[in-house]
Parts: sequence; structure tokens; C-alpha cells
Amino acid sequence: MTDTFQLDGAPVPFEPGQTVMQAALAAGRYIPHLCYHPEFKPHGSCKLCTVKVGGRTTASCTMPAEAGLNVESNIEELNALRRTLVQMLFVEGNHFCPSCEASGNCQLQATAYELQMMTPRFNEFYPDRPLDGSHPDILLDYNRCILCELCVRASSEVDGKHVFALAGRGITKHLIVNARSGLLKDTDMALTDKAMQVCPVGVILQKGVGFRVPIGERRYDQRPVSAQALDDAPRQAGVGGGCTACEGTS
Amino acid sequence: MTLDLETAAHPENLRRVAIEPVSRVEGHGKVTLLLDENDRVHQVRLHIVEFRGFEKFVQGRPYWEAPVMVQRLCGICPVSHHIAASKAMDMIVGATLTPTAEKVRRLMHYGQILQSHALHFFHLSSPDLLFGFDSDVAKRNIAGIAAAYPEMAKRGVLLRKYGQEVIRITAGKRIHGTGSIPGGVNKNVSIEERDYLLKDIEQMIAWSRDALVLVRQLFEQNLDLYNSFGRFKTHTLNLVREDGALDLYHGGLRARDMDGNTLFDHYDYRHYWDVIFEDVKTWSYMKFPFLRSLGPEQGWYRVGPLSRVTQCDFIPTPLANQARKAFMAFAGGSVAGATMGFHWARMIEMLHAAELIQELLHDPDLQGSELVSKGQRQERGVGVIEAPRGTLIHHYKVDEHDQIVRCNLIVSTTHNNQAMNEAIRQVAQQYIDGRKLTEGLLNHIEVAIRAFDPCLSCATHALGKMPLQVELLGVEGDVLSTLTRSADGAFG
Repeated sequence: MTDTFQLDGAPVPFEPGQTVMQAALAAGRYIPHLCYHPEFKPHGSCKLCTVKVGGRTTASCTMPAEAGLNVESNIEELNALRRTLVQMLFVEGNHFCPSCEASGNCQLQATAYELQMMTPRFNEFYPDRPLDGSHPDILLDYNRCILCELCVRASSEVDGKHVFALAGRGITKHLIVNARSGLLKDTDMALTDKAMQVCPVGVILQKGVGFRVPIGERRYDQRPVSAQALDDAPRQAGVGGGCTACEGTS
Repeated sequence: MTLDLETAAHPENLRRVAIEPVSRVEGHGKVTLLLDENDRVHQVRLHIVEFRGFEKFVQGRPYWEAPVMVQRLCGICPVSHHIAASKAMDMIVGATLTPTAEKVRRLMHYGQILQSHALHFFHLSSPDLLFGFDSDVAKRNIAGIAAAYPEMAKRGVLLRKYGQEVIRITAGKRIHGTGSIPGGVNKNVSIEERDYLLKDIEQMIAWSRDALVLVRQLFEQNLDLYNSFGRFKTHTLNLVREDGALDLYHGGLRARDMDGNTLFDHYDYRHYWDVIFEDVKTWSYMKFPFLRSLGPEQGWYRVGPLSRVTQCDFIPTPLANQARKAFMAFAGGSVAGATMGFHWARMIEMLHAAELIQELLHDPDLQGSELVSKGQRQERGVGVIEAPRGTLIHHYKVDEHDQIVRCNLIVSTTHNNQAMNEAIRQVAQQYIDGRKLTEGLLNHIEVAIRAFDPCLSCATHALGKMPLQVELLGVEGDVLSTLTRSADGAFG
């Protein structure tokens, strides 16, 4: 018999080793997220998937599922906090959706719609982040980075290349390329890399193909991010927890 | 020429009257008049008071982003910038368009011409034309038109809607779509979409013909007024097809002087800077283009529907060509040189666009699957089209990293800058000089500006030349520091 926990008052079955996020998505229940990706170890950094368990807040992507947990997620208190987090992400970078080639395919934009964000609300930072167009096939637009580290994880864990890393601390934290010149052309990054496929926003771009997909056929044109995430969920059913945040503690 | 009214010799004792904002035009502008104690006019200027700066902030962006980014200049004719930038990027990627790509773009552009011209005539200008230039200001607007002429107002709305639907189907959205990309388009027109548009095209053509009947009647009823109002002689500039036909999407540059003599013809627009240059004045964010061979004082010119319709050899659709002949022959051909002739020419083009849409919708190339092409990569790209308001030039330089390093936009309204100033100076002399000012008299100035259908927001890019003063204020409103830049770019 499969164990279950309660998510917003309804039971969610889980396999041993699954996190709350994994079990919820596998059961067709969406919890907003950005840094979580079903093919990678949970990271717990964007905090968008924060839920309440027994009255305390925790990241659902790193929280191991346990029988009898009482998890609250889709409540206005948490959705308001998530909206605020997304609003802060928008103003920290330079996110100009109207002319962004990732528009319609962007998980940040889609999540903002999902959370009914109507305005960034906070003062824009307008950081100065020059583009890196040095690579013949790939362009890096750092303006849109949300520090999810999916490219860092993909490049190291799947591609074995360690092309990307985060540098700096706090508000100065930023994405860098592991080359003495700091330029992508001096790495062995290639179009076929997994790191090309995982950016949830519009930082890592194949050159010259922007806007090739017409409006109406882009990833989030037809179905919202909550439905798309559930479409991807069955693939994660067999993936073990492997939660870096709690390895060695449970 | 009334350049003497540009700057008063002794402005210090003159009374300043401002029309701010100029209404029923796209964007924000103002007109200032300097009058003496006898209400004599000493200075008249059309000022563009907003600053956009797209030429600057497109720098550093990847070239394929330009067609989508720069169209944000405008919400009325974004398709013009979308396509002009795409044409420039076609050069950058070395593309020769497939028939499907060119025809889908043309369809998008003609939808744009249709909706923009309908908007201008029915929504913005018809209140002046139908009620009178100095009629009751409370009714002189689109709401007044809807009350007095409901059927006409409805047609204006539906013509515009049809044009917007053409844009939606070809570009993905009614405003700010993404259909045109470097080297082609990102979608074709399906059979279902084609049939949807075909359903109403006959009606659009019929309504466009009716609009021409109306505009002719207005000229017949007000011939002396319309013929003389803000009239001035000017050179002209526009694109023409190889055979001299009107072509709104592509062609060579034709410039004629004010007496109709050809200055250059079928000029390759990829080298436009050899024949056109831009002057800058300290009192406007909008530049003043001129024909190099004639210099800044004498070389200014007019673009737009009136130039296109009068300077082309013929219009390649039957009904519009017939309408052109009637226009050119009307009142001994005199209306073809009148500022108010813009309205008539605009309606001829609206009919032309509707005919072209019908023609294209029957073309099976619209359903083709070859959408994009590319060839030898180039460093420089120039795209020119005839936008609703006139010749539109986009010019980009792209570096080896695929990033834009230089951009120059000469927008239709910018070409008409000096011509609009000329028109309002003529009107000021004709109607205002020496008279007691009334709202109706001041509206005459706006009527002259509206004839050009200016898009003032598109046209403001004199970066680095405009004198600026930036003040840093403390919480109490006290000035903490001041930075001033003079007209020569020096900071102080």
C-alpha cells in the first residue's frame, strides 16, 4: 500500500525517496517553481515552491515526502509571497518581454501569468549586463538570468563541461563562464549540450533563430505553465529524491 | 518659403501662445506662436516634446531582435518598422526572399496601410472635414462623428478592424506581432485564414470607394479653402517600382523638385546617405532631413500619400489607378499640390491596399512552406518601405558577434518635419496674422499638421544633439547638482 500525505486537503501518494514537489507533480498537482527541473537534483534556491508543512514554511522541492504530512500550497498567503518573489526577479534583471525572443516560451513569464502578476511593483534595478556574442552559434544575454543554476547543473552533471558557474555573493551574485577571458567562445560549449535546453528564461540562446516560432505555437501560448509542468511530470515518476539539501540528514 | 518665421528676430517682447498638446495626431507635440501686441505672427514652430532614443538602446542587441524591438516605436503602424527592420536584416543574413515570404510580408503591410489610413481619415480628420475647421469644439471629435454620421463612423471602425485582422493573421497579433523575421517570415497563411479574410474583402473595397466619393464631394464643396489652405511648393521623395508604378513595399527612390523635374530616379536605397542627409535644430528632438544636392535650406521635401500618388507613373490596381487619374485631373490638377490633397491621396491608397489584399488572397504562394532563406552574411543592412505616412528608412551595422553596433532610423514623419513647419507657418500667415486668437483659428494650425498624419512618437531620435539639463533634487525639492549639455554636445 502506497503512503500518502495531504496537499491542500487532498491525499497525494508518494514513493519512498520522493520529495513533496515530485509526488505532487506526479499526482497531477502543480506547485509553482522555477529552479526545480524534473531531470535534475532539487536545488531549493528560488523558493517559489515554498509550502507550509505543519504551519512552517519549507521548499517543497527539497522537502522529503512523509506519510501523514499536512501540506498547504495553493493558499492566498503563499501565492502572495510567490508573486512578490517573481516581482523581485523581474526588477533585479532586465526583463523586457515585448522584445524578448523567449517570450511565450519563458517559464518566468508564464509563472508570472500563473500567479496573476500584473506589474513588477518594485523599482527596477536596471543592472548593466553586457551580452556575450563571442561564440559563433550561441548568445548569452545575462540580462535575464534568475540564478536558478540549471545551466550550471546541466553543464556539470550531464555535459561534463563545467561551462557555467555563479560568482559573487548576495545582490552581486551573477552567472559567469568558466574561461580566463570570461567569454563563451573560449569554452567547449556546443549547441548539442544539455545546458542549451534547460534555461527557463532567455539567457542561453541559439543565434539567429529567435522568433522563428509564430505566436500561438509557443510553449505557453496554448496551455499555462501549470498544465505544462504536469505534462512533464510522468517522466519524473522514477527519479529518486537525491535531494542535495537533505542528503546525509535523513 | 517662410523660413523667416522659424526664429523671431527679437523674441523678448513677444507674447507666446502654445497649442499643447496637438490633438488627434499620433504621439505628442506642441506648436508655439510668438505674437506682437498687434497679433502679428513672428515665430511658428512645431515642437516634438518626447524623446524615444531607439537608435541608441538597440545597440548591443542581437540583430534578429531588431524587427520585434524597434516596432515598439509605435502602436499605430508598428508593422512598418517591423518590416523595414526585417528588410535591413534580410541584407545582414544575405537572404533573397522566397515568394511566400515576400507575399506574406506584403499582405501584412497592406493590412497596415488599410487600417492606418482608415484610422486617420475616419477617426482623426473627419471631424474637421465634416463639421468645419472652426466648428463647435465639443462636437469636433470621433464621438461627434458617431452621433451625426453613425454609418460612416461604423465603416471607419470596421475598415480598421479588417486591416488589423490581416495583421493578426500574418504577424500573430494585431499590434506588435512577430511574423516577419530576418530572411523571411515565421508563418504562411492557411486556407482557413485566407477564406476568413476573403469573406469581407469585397465590402472593404466598396467602402473604400465610397470614402473616395465622400472626399471628392468635400473638395467640390470647399474647393477654394482646400486648395489654398497651408499650400506651399515643395520637393518630393518616394519609392517607385522599376516600371514607375506605386509600390509600397519595395522599389527605388524617386526625388522631384518643386517644379516636377526629376532630381534622381530608381536610386538604390542601400546608399541613401549619398542623397539624403539630416540636419539638427536645437529646439526639436526631431531631425530635419534634406536632399544633399540642394542643401539644408533648400533641400527639404515632402513624403507620404500625396507624394506617392502624384509622383508615381501609375497605380497597378485598376480601381485605385482610375481614382488617381480623377484626382490628378480634378480642378485642373491643382489639388494634387495642395496640403489638403493628402486626405484624397490617402483614400486612393486605402482603396489600392484593399485591392492588393484581394489580389494576394487569391495567390497560392501564400500557402507555401518555404518561409526563410539566407546567404552570405553582411555587415550592413538597409531596409526602406513606404509606410502609411511616407518613406521609412532603417539602417543597421552588425558586428562579428551578431550584435547591432549602429542604427539610424529616418522615419516618415521626420522627412516631413520641415514641410509640416512650412504648412503651419503658411496657415499662421493666412489665418492668424493680425487677428484675435480663437480656439477655432488655432485649430487651423492643427488641421494643417493632421493633413500629414504625423506620428510624432516615431520621429524623435536626435540623440546627442539636443540641449539638456538634468537636475538632482533633494527631498525638500532643493537642487543638489545640475548637469547641462549644450547643443554641440559639450557638458557643463
